[in-house]
Amino acid sequence: MGKVTFIEHDQTEHVAEFKAGSSVMQIAVDSAIPGIDGDCGGECACGTCHVIVTNEWFSKTGTPGNEEEQMLSMTPERASTSRLGCQVVLTDEMDGMTVHLPEFQM
Amino acid sequence: MPTLPRTFDDIQSRLINATSRVVPMQRQIQGLKFLMSAKRKTFGPRRPMPEFVETPIPDVNTLALEDIDVSNPFLYRQGQWRAYFKRLRDEAPVHYQKNSPFGPFWSVTRFEDILFVDKSHDLFSAEPQIILGDPPEGLSVEMFIAMDPPKHDVQRSSVQGVVAPKNLKEMEGLIRSRTGDVLDSLPLDKPFNWVPAVSKELTGRMLATLLDFPYEERHKLVEWSDRMAGAASATGGEFADENAMFDDAADMARSFSRLWRDKEARRAAGEEPGFDLISLLQSNKETKDLINRPMEFIGNLTLLIVGGNDTTRNSMSGGLVAMNEFPREFEKLKAKPELIPNMVSEIIRWQTPLAYMRRIAKQDVELGGQTIKKGDRVVMWYASGNRDERKFDNPDQFIIDRKDARNHMSFGYGVHRCMGNRLAELQLRILWEEILKRFDNIEVVEEPERVQSNFVRGYSRLMVKLTPNS
Repeated sequence: MGKVTFIEHDQTEHVAEFKAGSSVMQIAVDSAIPGIDGDCGGECACGTCHVIVTNEWFSKTGTPGNEEEQMLSMTPERASTSRLGCQVVLTDEMDGMTVHLPEFQM
Repeated sequence: MPTLPRTFDDIQSRLINATSRVVPMQRQIQGLKFLMSAKRKTFGPRRPMPEFVETPIPDVNTLALEDIDVSNPFLYRQGQWRAYFKRLRDEAPVHYQKNSPFGPFWSVTRFEDILFVDKSHDLFSAEPQIILGDPPEGLSVEMFIAMDPPKHDVQRSSVQGVVAPKNLKEMEGLIRSRTGDVLDSLPLDKPFNWVPAVSKELTGRMLATLLDFPYEERHKLVEWSDRMAGAASATGGEFADENAMFDDAADMARSFSRLWRDKEARRAAGEEPGFDLISLLQSNKETKDLINRPMEFIGNLTLLIVGGNDTTRNSMSGGLVAMNEFPREFEKLKAKPELIPNMVSEIIRWQTPLAYMRRIAKQDVELGGQTIKKGDRVVMWYASGNRDERKFDNPDQFIIDRKDARNHMSFGYGVHRCMGNRLAELQLRILWEEILKRFDNIEVVEEPERVQSNFVRGYSRLMVKLTPNS
């Protein structure tokens, strides 16, 4: 078990618990966190689970693959530590991680 | 190896680009019209423009699988599409029709298979067109919806700012006041056609704003779009006059060239550029000379016009049709207006205003036990995927609090996912918020008239009667 903090664009904070192996998108949707849509259900095909990982946690989340890069490149709010939540599979190492949400999921 | 017509289109595009600096764009297109007409007289047409005459469509269960042809442009109008696609999903989810009026093509009808094709742009190309048939010969315009990466990515990124958050926020107030104005002007004492009064009017105004197009001429945008998307050879639509389509393209070229030059001059004079589409194109180094590539210039403007026209318009009408077929949902909505955002997704799923997108296999691909050959046309039927029982419970029911309504495929998936999705949702959300403020009921008083097309699933006539809030 671990915890991830989601910070909405208006700075509202939400904490979601996770078991290792689930994705950042899944725990956000399961915990009804506003600002994560997950329209395609985790197929890396819609770009609506965009999160911006805080710098100190970014390297722990791995590197985005080609498909993910392509979807991220379509959002105007792309940042250097952007990830798609469905492609970040949580490990115990990520307990305590903080991610920011963009203003809009495109 | 490119096919012969494709090569001809390429040469034609290069020729037009090369002469665009000295010949006005509308003249070039008029020239093309005569060239094509002469070519048809000399060599005969590439494929004759089909003419579609409506006849009753047989019950799908009386047909052999191989005779099922879902390209019939009357399938939606006659209400037969559900049964046809259900049979394909159940018995032949990857189905080959070898001699449709549009040529042979594959139909992919299950949600999971469609998602796979849509995501796999390395296996399936969106070029040169995303509609089932061919555009009128000589009018093979280039648009990024029908381009593969990396060219697609460059062009799309140059215009997606028009629907970026900053713009959406600025637009919200404008959309709300216009929606209110239109709803307040509707007759309360007699039935009227909702399509021109509301759906067309609101989407036409939105398009004029996105393009910063002269407001009083906005009806032109709607007419161009209707005819482009309604070409018989492309989608089985009602428009079969190729000459009229060249005239439209020339008219568009004239209007947009003027708009482009005007903006260029104002910017040169020190005016701050706006957030409209043309200003954005001019601000991006990849597209600032787009006007010198006329087929691309017209193509991308057409894309934005068609993309923002039929889709939102028919979702605005379709929501009313859905509420009338499922009146308990309207009661549910009035009791819980906070369901509006989810209801908007459900309307877009239920209506699926564009039935499909087309791809061409770039190599042999095994799918659903079939071998799709390199070069074959593949149609991803979103309208069927959105009613796939394997994905959605009771898929034909309209349920405004459906849990997975957002998972619909009307926006497509992958790199071509709809760019205007948030704007569309915003327009629909505001429409319904403003409807609830004013009306206790909107009754559909006649059977709606549906358009002739295998692509656009829309309404030409929707007679309604309003009951104001007491």
